[in-house]
Amino acid sequence: MNFVNNEIFLIAVTFISFIGAQWLQRRFCIKLLNPILVSIIVVILFLRTSGVSYETYSAGGRYIDFWLKPAVVALGLPLYRQLSSIKKQLLPLLLSEVAGCVAGIVSVVVLARLFGASHEIVMSLAPKAVTTPIAMEISATVGGIPALTAAVVVCTGIFGGMAGFRIVKLSHIKSPIAQGLSIGTAAHAVGTSAAMERGERYGAFSSLGLTINGLLTALLAPFILGLIGA
Amino acid sequence: MILQFGILFAFLAAGELVVWLTGIPVPSSIIGMILLTVSLKAGLVKPAKIERLADFLVRNLGFFFVPAGVGLMNCLGIIADQWLPIVGASVGSTVVIIAVTGWTHRLVRKSVSRKKIVKQELQKA
Repeated sequence: MNFVNNEIFLIAVTFISFIGAQWLQRRFCIKLLNPILVSIIVVILFLRTSGVSYETYSAGGRYIDFWLKPAVVALGLPLYRQLSSIKKQLLPLLLSEVAGCVAGIVSVVVLARLFGASHEIVMSLAPKAVTTPIAMEISATVGGIPALTAAVVVCTGIFGGMAGFRIVKLSHIKSPIAQGLSIGTAAHAVGTSAAMERGERYGAFSSLGLTINGLLTALLAPFILGLIGA
Repeated sequence: MILQFGILFAFLAAGELVVWLTGIPVPSSIIGMILLTVSLKAGLVKPAKIERLADFLVRNLGFFFVPAGVGLMNCLGIIADQWLPIVGASVGSTVVIIAVTGWTHRLVRKSVSRKKIVKQELQKA
């Protein structure tokens, strides 16, 4: 058996790619060099050239994946720190989440059809705004391809994290609460980590956005998809 | 540090238990997060008891997504076939979600605060 198939080695490759990508971004100060995106590309290129399958990589990768769950639980701390401002605006927060959730599912379905996507692709894209475990579950329920959903979810998160603050600026969304909330609603935990970098207040509302939208999407997606005849 | 790991995993396990008992289609981690927030609020857990680990995990959240993203390599065929709808719809819809969420928030806040002002005026009169 080839050494490149060693799972510990593959974990090390993931770390090195990420650290290298972080260094690259700091060195050149280019936003587009998002460390998550760059390290995904580097790892894929490495696996392709060395002939390692994704299944083999996953044997190591799942040890990194594993930490997503406790990391999402940990988001409860920034959320707790912002509880008093959440209480103050419960109604605006809830209503904007419902609006964002519905707008997200409807817009992705309409756009995908407009661009000529097949039914399977439309269903795989429908839950793309929410965090991977929820999105994959919904994708399987409504007849999408969960693996494609997972990839699209991560890419959406990266896009939202990179472009999110530019989009809120262009849409004249000014309050830090609304900015964080919108980014978390559209770009789940990856967007939240970008919001965290800007400040804990942004990050906390972003995690609120990802939580409420995750719950709403899980509850409403099959219903909304049925309503719009998808 | 072991205590911090223990507390976080206890909440994750509680989330797993809730999912197992009720069968709701929500990830255990999201339930765990809500339970943690509630317990912090109720004073059952002191923030200092989890701060170091929680802040570390939250700061490095992005890294944990890399293996899921590498899964892209298994979908390259479908993506090559239908890259325009996939990229176009995802990017377009992300912009829509951000704008709609932010605008609704502003709209509702404005009307709520306007109502408050009206109420205060009425009370004065």
